[in-house]
Amino acid sequence: MRPRAPKIMTEAAQSYSFSRRAWLLGAGQAGLGALLIGRMGYLAIAQNEHYNLLAESNRVSMTMIPPRRGWIVDRHNQPIASNRTDFRVDVIPDRLEDKDRVLAHLRGLLGLTDEDLAQINAELEHAPGFRPVEIAENIDWERFAAVQVRQPELPGVAPTRGFARHYPAGPAVAHLIGYVGAATAEQYKKTRDPLYVTPGFKLGKDGLEKTMEPLLRGTAGAKRVEVTARGKLVKELATRPDVPGRTLRLTIDAGLQEYAARRLGTNSGSAVVFDCTNGEMLAMVSMPAYDPNTFSEGISQLEWKMLSEDDHVPLMNKVTQGLYPPGSTVKPMNGLALLAAGVGANERVFCSGAMRVGNGVFHCHKRGGHGPLDLKNAIMQSCDIYFYEMVRRVGYDKIAPVARELGLGQKFDLPFATQRYGTVPDSAWKQRKYKTDWKVADSLNASIGQGYVLSNPLQLAVMASRLASGRRLVPSLIRDPFKPQAEMLPIDPEHFRIIREAMDGVVNHGGTGGAARMLVPGISIAAKTGTAQVRRITMAERRSGVLKNGQLPFKLRDHALFVCFAPFDNPRYAAAVVLEHNGHTVRNLDTPMIGRDIMTYLFDRDRAMKSLAEVEPTWGGDIATRMAAQRATYRAAHAPAPPVVDDDDVPASNSPAVEAATDASNASAEATARDIATSGGPARTGSPEPETDSERRAAPLDPGTNPQP
Amino acid sequence: MSGFVPAPLAVLPWRVLLLVTAIGGFGLVVLYSAAGGSLRPWVIPQGLRFAVFMVGSIALSRVPLEWWKKSAFYIYGIFLILLVLVELLGAVRGGSQRWLGYGPLRIQPSETMKLAIVLALARFYDLLPAAETRRFQAIWPAAVLIGMPALIVMAQPDLGTGLMICAGGATVMFLSGVPLRLFVGGALAVATAIPLAFNYVLHDYQRHRILIFMDPESDPLGTGYHISQSKIAIGSGGLFGKGFLQGTQSHLDYLPEGHTDFVFATMAEEWGLAGGAFLIIGFLLVIRWGVNVGVRAEDRFAKLAAAGLATTIFFYMAINLMMVMGLAPVVGIPLPLVSFGGSAQMTVLISLGILMGIDRSISSRQSSRW
Repeated sequence: MRPRAPKIMTEAAQSYSFSRRAWLLGAGQAGLGALLIGRMGYLAIAQNEHYNLLAESNRVSMTMIPPRRGWIVDRHNQPIASNRTDFRVDVIPDRLEDKDRVLAHLRGLLGLTDEDLAQINAELEHAPGFRPVEIAENIDWERFAAVQVRQPELPGVAPTRGFARHYPAGPAVAHLIGYVGAATAEQYKKTRDPLYVTPGFKLGKDGLEKTMEPLLRGTAGAKRVEVTARGKLVKELATRPDVPGRTLRLTIDAGLQEYAARRLGTNSGSAVVFDCTNGEMLAMVSMPAYDPNTFSEGISQLEWKMLSEDDHVPLMNKVTQGLYPPGSTVKPMNGLALLAAGVGANERVFCSGAMRVGNGVFHCHKRGGHGPLDLKNAIMQSCDIYFYEMVRRVGYDKIAPVARELGLGQKFDLPFATQRYGTVPDSAWKQRKYKTDWKVADSLNASIGQGYVLSNPLQLAVMASRLASGRRLVPSLIRDPFKPQAEMLPIDPEHFRIIREAMDGVVNHGGTGGAARMLVPGISIAAKTGTAQVRRITMAERRSGVLKNGQLPFKLRDHALFVCFAPFDNPRYAAAVVLEHNGHTVRNLDTPMIGRDIMTYLFDRDRAMKSLAEVEPTWGGDIATRMAAQRATYRAAHAPAPPVVDDDDVPASNSPAVEAATDASNASAEATARDIATSGGPARTGSPEPETDSERRAAPLDPGTNPQP
Repeated sequence: MSGFVPAPLAVLPWRVLLLVTAIGGFGLVVLYSAAGGSLRPWVIPQGLRFAVFMVGSIALSRVPLEWWKKSAFYIYGIFLILLVLVELLGAVRGGSQRWLGYGPLRIQPSETMKLAIVLALARFYDLLPAAETRRFQAIWPAAVLIGMPALIVMAQPDLGTGLMICAGGATVMFLSGVPLRLFVGGALAVATAIPLAFNYVLHDYQRHRILIFMDPESDPLGTGYHISQSKIAIGSGGLFGKGFLQGTQSHLDYLPEGHTDFVFATMAEEWGLAGGAFLIIGFLLVIRWGVNVGVRAEDRFAKLAAAGLATTIFFYMAINLMMVMGLAPVVGIPLPLVSFGGSAQMTVLISLGILMGIDRSISSRQSSRW
């Protein structure tokens, strides 16, 4: 610090000031440097654990492996619902960066159609960001691999290899098993289970798949993988395998189930078969049906529309949800009740073809009358007048308890979300429901299974099995080797013998069901036919001649019903077949022959298959062929609908859409009942049996040669 | 030593050069890891540039102090004009542009302005008679000299560089002996100006960055992502790091800008607190040497320029590290010599060249080694 200028003091002061301030500056810098090292030490040492954890959670991504769903097998362990390897591609909206580019790219790789793209776009708009949107499912390995190698350039696209549900019998088991599908947003919100948004995870949406979900689901596995910030997989770290769901063994006989479904042909109907030694359900078919395979993948709007518009209501499980007036199928049951009420088996009633009660006239289905009949013949010939007269004498309140005893109007504990139980009316019921007194006409209508009486096909089959066994059989669907033996019904075994003989007579001794006669040597079937009228026939119409069913629109035709068991002398199986609006128009497709073939399958499979092979071509081939044809026709007739996204694109059988279809279908039955209830008048037509026994005999028995027009 | 080493080389402050080379070399190691264990694309250009600038820096140390003193205002003027040109060019091309040039030759005037402002202010206070130092005449010209480039740069908008120009200028003013109350008052003014600037001056994205800085977790996938991931990288490094090439944050791309602004986080993840302390202490030693050059210099311009340039290097480091450790908003200041990129590297090595020149000019050479 040498002074050299005149401003000596000032410069010295200045230099001193510089030194001091430079020292301050240096101290400040050192201080800030120490602060930085301190801060770094705080982050790296004090908070090391915390940040290590965060770094790990960045690096390692847990992906859930959807558990393999438990199989559903039949009584012989044959798969009804199994899993097959599935390659699928989803996008996760949150991770999608350039939607249009990615979709265009995927379109090229996967060969998506315009319709697919429109659907995907619509879903992407509505889907919450975390929920994967399906691009394609069940794709072949080449396409899958093509997407997989390009995954780094396709952010948000998730190709996964998993398992998809497979139903070998397709539509034949639709209403029995239900189907699976991706979880809905509500389901995810409710559970917050990350599995619900894992691509490829499906849960039961309907039927057994839904009710047995806890058993079938299993436990998800997990895969720990190292991923980059862009989601590119670097390496797999560890995998915890999934625990597959448990196998569910049913009492169903898969072969019979499929056979029955095919044998129903073009009918809108259902068939239920029981083992009448223990109440195990061997088949439960409702046709037509949707294909649960396509439903599980998610179906197109067009197909959904086609199914919901179909007047054969393929979305409805007719076995448990369809209600029908049971018609003459209740007559054996009536017979039991009459015997119990003291009517003698040999007491006769003279049928003149009509009967006057009050100011109404009740007709028998046979206009000319049956002449004098005892109980057995009345059942065999399905005479209405006999039952009008006898039930008039004892009163329906004596009949109703037996009807309930045999299963009508009863609830059965079966794993289905929705069942409708129908009605067994009596005076107390009518008083409760309509606040009016029971009238004789009500008894008469109920005596022929019309009027207020409504039943579902399951109950009819239970009735048949209880008639056959004399035991209070309870239907079961899930195989239980420890199922207790059902108790005997408190009904005189002698009465059962009479009724069973009458039912044998229906088929084998000149009754109304001759067409059901079994062609298996040594096995005879006992049965009762029935026809349920779905409309009121007016006096005007009666005068001009009642229209033949074939001339009527589908919805106005009579239902055809059938209950049976076999062998007659040592009942082993019992069944019910109900065909909506069948009208007895085509012989091959009518109840007796269908019932006979289903029973034949149980005793002589080859004969049954041969018979089916002969008749199936007459109605357009097997189920898959017919469904494909129907789809093609519908597609040709309807331009593709604009995609609409429901949260749950395929409703379950208890959803409003199906509820509506079911209601519409049941409306006719209920309308008839209501009609009669309000007018107070009789049905007046009697039970419209299709043909007399002699007419049936006249028709050729060989089913292949000349199906009745 | 001077016996067999040529005099021009013998006079160089070798320990500082070694330290700078060590920092630059460590930077290359980090860039090698950031590239996933590859010399490309960053190590080779960065290494070549470092070598070229290092040679340039030594060459620059031969430029006499007098030349810098005389040219200080011209240098400032030229870069101010270039800055305006860049701004105009940006306006014409429709977008913010920060550099001039063609191909690999790029000049970023805002970067060089950080040095030019220090030289210009050092020259200004050198010319100012000592008696005037505490008067208003000592302040307003300096404020104008700082304000012009700072405003242009901030308008670019480049908040970080603008702040650094202001800070460099303020440092020289502080060292020149301008009354302290001015700085206290200035600090108060800044404190009041911040909310105003926040609301009326800053761009939306800058405002957003500052808000995110206050609460990074509020936007973990947006702007706060940078800070969060950087803190995760540093914090998970621990005392000695995860090991060379073992950083997951950088290698799996969770750390954005892991080779430029956030290179320190990349380093810290693999080398831990030890690596961080090495860099920070290394920088502080270089800076201390620079400030000491100023203290030892007798010439007023040399004093102010040396301490100012050293502090500029300090600001680079401090702002970058504070940003990376979540103590400051993300303003886009690289870590010189380590971050990939030539601008900051060049600025620091030019500073080093000038500092070495000043060091050389100091008559008593035996004390030139710190």
